[in-house]
Amino acid sequence: MELKRVVVTGLGALTPIGNTKDEYWDALIKGKSGAAPITYFDTEKFKTKFACELKNFVATDFIDRKEARKMDRFTQYAMVASDEAIADANLDLDAINKLRVGVIRGAGIGGLETFQNEVLNFAEGDGTPRFNPFFIPKMIADIAPGNISIKNGFMGPNYTTVSACASSANAMIDALNYIRLGQCDVIVTGGSEAAVTIAGMGGFNAMHALSTRNESPKQPQDLLMPPGDGFVLGEGAGAIILEEYEHAKARGAKIYAEVVGGGMSSDAYHMTAPHPDGIGVIAVMRNCLENAGLKPEDVDHINTHGTSTPLGDVAELKAISEVFGSHAKNININSTKSMTGHLLGAAGAIESIASILAMEHGIVPPTINHTTFDDSIDPSLNLTLNTPQKREIKVAMSNTFGFGGHNACVLFKKLD
Amino acid sequence: MSDIASRVKAIIVDKLGVDENEVVTEASFTNDLGADSLDTVELIMEFEKEFDIQIPRRPSRKHCNSRSSCIIH
Repeated sequence: MELKRVVVTGLGALTPIGNTKDEYWDALIKGKSGAAPITYFDTEKFKTKFACELKNFVATDFIDRKEARKMDRFTQYAMVASDEAIADANLDLDAINKLRVGVIRGAGIGGLETFQNEVLNFAEGDGTPRFNPFFIPKMIADIAPGNISIKNGFMGPNYTTVSACASSANAMIDALNYIRLGQCDVIVTGGSEAAVTIAGMGGFNAMHALSTRNESPKQPQDLLMPPGDGFVLGEGAGAIILEEYEHAKARGAKIYAEVVGGGMSSDAYHMTAPHPDGIGVIAVMRNCLENAGLKPEDVDHINTHGTSTPLGDVAELKAISEVFGSHAKNININSTKSMTGHLLGAAGAIESIASILAMEHGIVPPTINHTTFDDSIDPSLNLTLNTPQKREIKVAMSNTFGFGGHNACVLFKKLD
Repeated sequence: MSDIASRVKAIIVDKLGVDENEVVTEASFTNDLGADSLDTVELIMEFEKEFDIQIPRRPSRKHCNSRSSCIIH
């Protein structure tokens, strides 16, 4: 059976540095940081007092107030980003076969704030359970694709993938494969997350996962920082329209890129720590290349997982050296998390969008606020530090790895 | 309008996102005001909280409106 080709025909982004795809791209190439003191709750007693929150986003500007009230923020973000992507793809909802349009999106956690607030409400009471009837449907991680399908009438496969910070890359790979197999014409994929909450910040702080440099929240992210620092929590959503190539061509759609492969692996090592030798990460990049039918030498750009956790960053860069050998030095490597923070289940989506736009514009966004090299890293690697670099990109790779040892990798290629 | 009626109305307007003028005493939550089954449960809970009362569950929904508020079976 011959696999169908799959292309990207629409993008939507709601991020801490820009509320639309275009604003996001503009901020990326300007090296803008999304980090700032947390405004959502009182952080006085929290170890970390800053995060990458969305800026000037009012859900009811986009969603009817009655509907918005029934959605956790992670769903609101998903709705806004997917609306932008559907419009960007110029999809005529009356002309397409909606039975063959799916929605497969990632969320690392889902409705964390909804869960937190309902439990807080119960704890403050006298023990009488007075849970809101929308508690469960608002909280469940699959409700974002559910709501997108309800709004647009998309009746194809519909679910959420959950693999922590690899969630939206897993969603894209599932979407890629369903279209390849001829089971769908179009899939709205991507991911969203809204974990900048009391429970989210408290929980990640308890793991010592978050940066605590409260004194300089504008410089939060430092690829290869010495032990002690960590990632900056972000929030938002990315949406990507994947479409079967002939279907896209027939309707004259704008094609951003072809999705040529997806790789998946597991570290099988530790709940939260990456394998020090990066064996799972090496495996995922290799099986992604194999899935795409590409050689290491074909890759021009890698958007790393690069969360600014010392163990993870060192292991990932070592793995890149291992997989790409002498070609590694020719690759523009970056971590756009240095600007957006870590969007967990939306990371793979917004970082793929960054790579697709980098391909379109021929510019690689920088890794900002980088100061410290680890001795074990090959100094010849080009980490695209501090300023964007012009680069014609034919093939771009996006890496994401999640707690639990989940690794997912996606390859995009400029259409021939 | 009585105090109770205006408080009931305010909850309905807030939860169902409807215009105040639509909330007339005979308006059915489900048929006229667009409430689904979960909205109806939420409304009951809000009325219970607002008035510190217990409203029996399993109401016959076709009789639900702002006057009966699902109390009359």
